[in-house]
Amino acid sequence: MRYLPLTPDDRRAMLATIGAPDVDALFRDVPKSAVVPLSAFNLPDTQGELEVDRAMSKLAARNVAAGAVPFFCGAGAYKHHVPSAVDHLIQRSEFLTSYTPYQPEIAQGTLQYLFEFQTQVALLTGMEVANASLYDGSTATAEAVLMAQRVTKRGKAILSGGLHPHYAETVETVAGLFGPVERTPVTPGSAEDIIALIDDQTACVVVQSPDVFGLIRNLRPIAEAAHAKGALLIAVVTEIVSLGLLEPPGAQGADIVAAEGQSIGNGLNFGGPYVGLFATREKFLRQMPGRLCGETVDAEGRRGFVLTLSTREQHIRREKATSNICTNSGLCTLAFTIHLSLLGEEGLTRLARLNHAKASALADRLAALPGVELVTDAFFNEFTVKLPKPAGPVVDALVQKGVIAGVPASRLLPKDKAAANLLILAATETNTDDDFDALVNALKEAI
Amino acid sequence: MSMNNQGRPSGSGEAFPASIATISGDRGLDHEEGLIFELGHGATGVDLPDVQISDARLGGARRKDAIGLPGLSEPEVIRHYVRLSRKNYAIDSGLYPLGSCTMKHNPRLNEKMARLPGFGDLHPLAPQSTTQGALQVISQLMNWLTTLTGMPAVAMSPKAGAHGELCGLLAIRAAIAARGETRPRILVPESAHGTNPATAAFAGFTVDEVPAKPNGRVDAEALKAKLGPDVAAIMLTNPNTCGLFEGEIVDIARAVHEAGAYFYCDGANFNAIAGKVRPGDLGIDAMHINLHKTFSTPHGGGGPGAGPVVLSERLAAYAPIPLLVAGKDGLRLIENAADAPDGAKPFGRMCAFHGQMGMFTRALTYMLSHGRDGVRQASEDAVLSANYILASLKDVMSAPFGDGPCMHEALFDDSFLEGTGVTTLDFAKAMIDEGYHPMTMYFPLVVHGAMLIEPTESESKHSLDRFIHVLHTLATEARAGQTARFAGAPHLAPRRRLDETAAARKPVLRWKPDPLKAAAE
Repeated sequence: MRYLPLTPDDRRAMLATIGAPDVDALFRDVPKSAVVPLSAFNLPDTQGELEVDRAMSKLAARNVAAGAVPFFCGAGAYKHHVPSAVDHLIQRSEFLTSYTPYQPEIAQGTLQYLFEFQTQVALLTGMEVANASLYDGSTATAEAVLMAQRVTKRGKAILSGGLHPHYAETVETVAGLFGPVERTPVTPGSAEDIIALIDDQTACVVVQSPDVFGLIRNLRPIAEAAHAKGALLIAVVTEIVSLGLLEPPGAQGADIVAAEGQSIGNGLNFGGPYVGLFATREKFLRQMPGRLCGETVDAEGRRGFVLTLSTREQHIRREKATSNICTNSGLCTLAFTIHLSLLGEEGLTRLARLNHAKASALADRLAALPGVELVTDAFFNEFTVKLPKPAGPVVDALVQKGVIAGVPASRLLPKDKAAANLLILAATETNTDDDFDALVNALKEAI
Repeated sequence: MSMNNQGRPSGSGEAFPASIATISGDRGLDHEEGLIFELGHGATGVDLPDVQISDARLGGARRKDAIGLPGLSEPEVIRHYVRLSRKNYAIDSGLYPLGSCTMKHNPRLNEKMARLPGFGDLHPLAPQSTTQGALQVISQLMNWLTTLTGMPAVAMSPKAGAHGELCGLLAIRAAIAARGETRPRILVPESAHGTNPATAAFAGFTVDEVPAKPNGRVDAEALKAKLGPDVAAIMLTNPNTCGLFEGEIVDIARAVHEAGAYFYCDGANFNAIAGKVRPGDLGIDAMHINLHKTFSTPHGGGGPGAGPVVLSERLAAYAPIPLLVAGKDGLRLIENAADAPDGAKPFGRMCAFHGQMGMFTRALTYMLSHGRDGVRQASEDAVLSANYILASLKDVMSAPFGDGPCMHEALFDDSFLEGTGVTTLDFAKAMIDEGYHPMTMYFPLVVHGAMLIEPTESESKHSLDRFIHVLHTLATEARAGQTARFAGAPHLAPRRRLDETAAARKPVLRWKPDPLKAAAE
């Protein structure tokens, strides 16, 4: 087996040193009946690289890659161009095959980029501090609700109907153990009256902007209303590129920002791994979940970085930890940091404007089709249209024409009859005029 | 004589004293590197059109202030991150004996496969007719995991080991609720990973610790005495964190089940027994599998991981959405609880979308490469290598449970350092100067000054021999009072010991512009 360096001679010599007759003698603590023969596993045997490459490539070929067709899916994951330098750098052995930087003297590479990442996230969200990432946007949102429950010592969480339904379900699954989680009705294209629901039992209000239908929300009045009742505002961002153009949640009074960072540096990967961004106010620092990297000096007074405030974390605090999380999104975090470093201020703001311009142009063309109605009037790079018939079958019909038209709202909200005809579309810098023509022409025929 | 030396003085000349400061501040290949924010100067690393847009569709929410991001060109960004990378230790550059972390070789074919556009450029909500190959990957991986563990079901969405623990405990919680019972307590051995008690608390349970016996195993009698109608589950790692197999596991499982509780197994150490022992045969109800350990998806500096959870018949119905089912049109993901097939009672959802697909692709590639025989051989080689280290070092380092064989990791304590003035930390840091990453220190907590060494199956005998020689010599020197190299080590790393106390006392968690410089501008 090409990945195993020990030869039969090595194994014999090592067993002799140990003084064991065979390798099974080393498994003597395992009940005899529990050791099964190889034939107990109905699985294939070792294969060479060529054969495995062939088998996996065959499976890959059965999928339609986003880049292979006119493509308009968003709803929490976005197709963007990632510069070649990003993937090259994250595959450097020293980044790819290192562990959590618990030995800072020989992990400054990882620690320094985490420090840069935390700074970038804080700047982008307009918050004071950010952690070294969580698994993804949805789990970051759930952690934010748990943190709000700890900070306020209250149980109730109110989720906006515009929060991505997968995020809402993730929150309900964990935060629901510690207090009631209420969802407001879904109101595609408009803001629900969430303020009326905030009371003095409320730990937090969770609002996504742009919301799952693409609508840009005004967080300021919600923040004010929440603070007046002693509750926190958690702002959720699923398309982080939007903050290159839109006012950050921190400037609108958010107490915690939970976001998905996939759009910067990371491919679609069929849903993961992604990178959860988590930022908050300095005063809540010690209630924050997840890994944190901090600046310090070494024994010679030189600047260096370490993991810090680990007394919040599971390996020290055990059952009293702020979260059970043990990893972060390491390499996805690095991809985010490198891509954002390449973009810089000018690149990110240009990218954001370009995305909005593309989406705007597409919205105009779709709204001009008979029977198609634009549901979201304020959006970044994603919007919702109402079709004259159910969107699910239309999307399926367009697959046959080689176009992947977007996400039918019914896929996320199957029980909501009002969502049946809604189609959520994203347009990014990767979409061309030819893509728009293909979509518009195919849609014309299908509706 | 090489071409480069022609015409030049030969011989080594005078040694360059380490104390001499260089003009640049850099030392050979070790470059001092500022933060990206200190290097930016208004350049850009991308070429994008400068499109002007109207505010008409922005809902009055246009950003008013600059973000504050630095601007650098592509060559500058590449040089910056290449220089940073060189300050990291990595498996590719040396033996990485971190016990409990399983730093094995990461095959590059896995990376290549994960990047095929059909996998890497696939949207999670693309129509399912266009993602059948991806669903096949998940389905095949599920088959490998259930076959290797002898368990009937697996939940694929958990994003890391700790997330898998949470998934398992939530399934247990749902199963108990379905029986109309309330069981608030979870038993956790004191040798457990910190995530176990943290997860139990995270899932709304109280934690009750079970002591270890002097032989490093959980005290089965104490455990049984703690069982009762209020106990939901036990969480046991097997092989345990001392690198030992819990031989009484079948007996423990029986007692747990008789008390109406469930058996959660922390699968962090599955790499010792994969292809040889099936956890399902031992009476386990739920176990997460760290794909980044046993199945070699890269650790990436601390993530991303993946933690699918295998489930017994008693828990299978409670697996979270999404569920994967086979139908007449091929495979189908059930993404909403309302669409769950008969008998399924999903407890909820662990995360958006379907889990760590990029890790699934890598893990399946790894499994197909190894095959069942290679998986078994890898487990045997990992156990053999750990025992070789234990046998070769126990004359100079103290092994607290040294009489019998270990599994995939060799545990030492600090009693061999008693009276030397050298601590576990000093000993580990001296390894850095020798070109090695230290072993896991001070864990498990049940052993004083613990040093946990996990060589994995990826090291050649030559590599193991060299490592043993270095550790043997270090231990011998420490015991002989030759302690100069230990004090203040490491001396030869990119940084000396870092002041972690200062970092925690006055946290500096982000870069901020120098206020004086900003004012001058």
